[in-house]
Amino acid sequence: MDILGYRRPDGKVGIRNHILIIPTSVCSSTVAANIANQIPEAVALPNQHGCCQIGPDHLQTVRTLIGFGKNPNVAAVLVVGLGCEGIPIRETAAEIAASGKPVEVVIIQEIGGTLKTEAEGLRKVSELVRQVSHLQPEKVDICELSLAIECGGSDFTSGLASNPAVGIAADLLVAAGGNVMLSETTEFIGAEHVLARRAKTPEVAEKLFKIVQDCEERAKFLNVDIRDGQPTPGNIAGGISSIEEKSLGCIYKAGHATIQDVLKYGEIPKGKGLYIMDTPGQDIESITGMLAGGATVVIFTTGRGTPTGSPIAPVIKITANNRTYKTMEDNIDLDASPIISGEETIEQVGQRVFEEILAVSNRRRTKAESLGYKDFGIYKIAPTY
Amino acid sequence: MKKQAVVINPKDNVATVVEDFPSGTIIHFFIGQSEHSLQLLEDIPLGHKLAICAIQVGQDILKYAESIGVATELIRPGQHVHVHNLESRRGSRDK
Repeated sequence: MDILGYRRPDGKVGIRNHILIIPTSVCSSTVAANIANQIPEAVALPNQHGCCQIGPDHLQTVRTLIGFGKNPNVAAVLVVGLGCEGIPIRETAAEIAASGKPVEVVIIQEIGGTLKTEAEGLRKVSELVRQVSHLQPEKVDICELSLAIECGGSDFTSGLASNPAVGIAADLLVAAGGNVMLSETTEFIGAEHVLARRAKTPEVAEKLFKIVQDCEERAKFLNVDIRDGQPTPGNIAGGISSIEEKSLGCIYKAGHATIQDVLKYGEIPKGKGLYIMDTPGQDIESITGMLAGGATVVIFTTGRGTPTGSPIAPVIKITANNRTYKTMEDNIDLDASPIISGEETIEQVGQRVFEEILAVSNRRRTKAESLGYKDFGIYKIAPTY
Repeated sequence: MKKQAVVINPKDNVATVVEDFPSGTIIHFFIGQSEHSLQLLEDIPLGHKLAICAIQVGQDILKYAESIGVATELIRPGQHVHVHNLESRRGSRDK
């Protein structure tokens, strides 16, 4: 099976050809946005962080920005720094440039203010447009694809239909040699033992138990036990009887493959197959982590409906709630409700999901892309100082 | 046949209903490819579960082919399965 991909100098393959403008600090985000507004081929990250961060929280932000720059859906990068922020501007740019793609830098305090920096940034991005606009996608094997799996705004149909159907598609991609990422550590609680059975090694299983335990410990540090309210009264009213049932419904979206490893937030997997990434359950932060980890396409299951999209990757939305599909048809790409009504099996819809992933990888735009959605949010793991 | 309840995996001993059904309704569903029907012994609200075979005290309640808890009493086919007769093995409030 072939898709149309852009082969980057580091050998990785993207299915989009974006020019990305990365502000290294919240203080340079406006300049980055202004430059992107002027050039249709460019997109800027709305970075809200990048300064006065410490330890692992600082490193995670650096890793996320570098990961976005390295993402194979990105053809070229302009890094926009203020000059005094905690994120190392030139090192961040150099790390992205090590992947071989063109990278430029502008620094507001060095160039001297907003207007001169925007002028210099525009000049550099217009050069980047000319450098990468001739790139043609080529036929590549589907094993080059990296799929991120997300669920949000779940209801009883998610665990019943859309998640298991997406699990079928995930299995098909893993069988074809591709990458799949499952995230949202909060939603492993109560089902981590089921995932751990599929860990490649006992060490991988240990890592999985550790991220779930750490997730619960962080909540306890704030004098909150996540499990106190799980399942929630709303979940119980909706028919969910236990934390196992709730989390099992979530994890089935990643299918049945062996778990190769557990990744830090924004970490790039070293091999092929199914990986778990330690992210929060918040959709935007979870998707941002997986895209920093090199995912090139996202599938998103929902019950209540969500409009989410990304600045650099197609996000395919699917619901098995017929009412949600009808009321939010401008946001939802796939209707999995025939599973609920009995007109289609989970396997049949799983095949349709896989075909949609192929179509989007062959340049069809998703609804979130066609509506211009560009959500981005870095997961913070410590207060800002 | 209109499907009225979903059995996710043939190993499961519960089905999830996709409409509100009053006690006494005969509902239809598939286990794998085969059609089945069962009379409800209790009201089952939308999204809730019913037993599709007898489940003994202490026996695992299976959905997605995995345990979602254990039965705290004998549950007969057609009875409602929920927090009143299912106990999490993990304990939803363990510290």
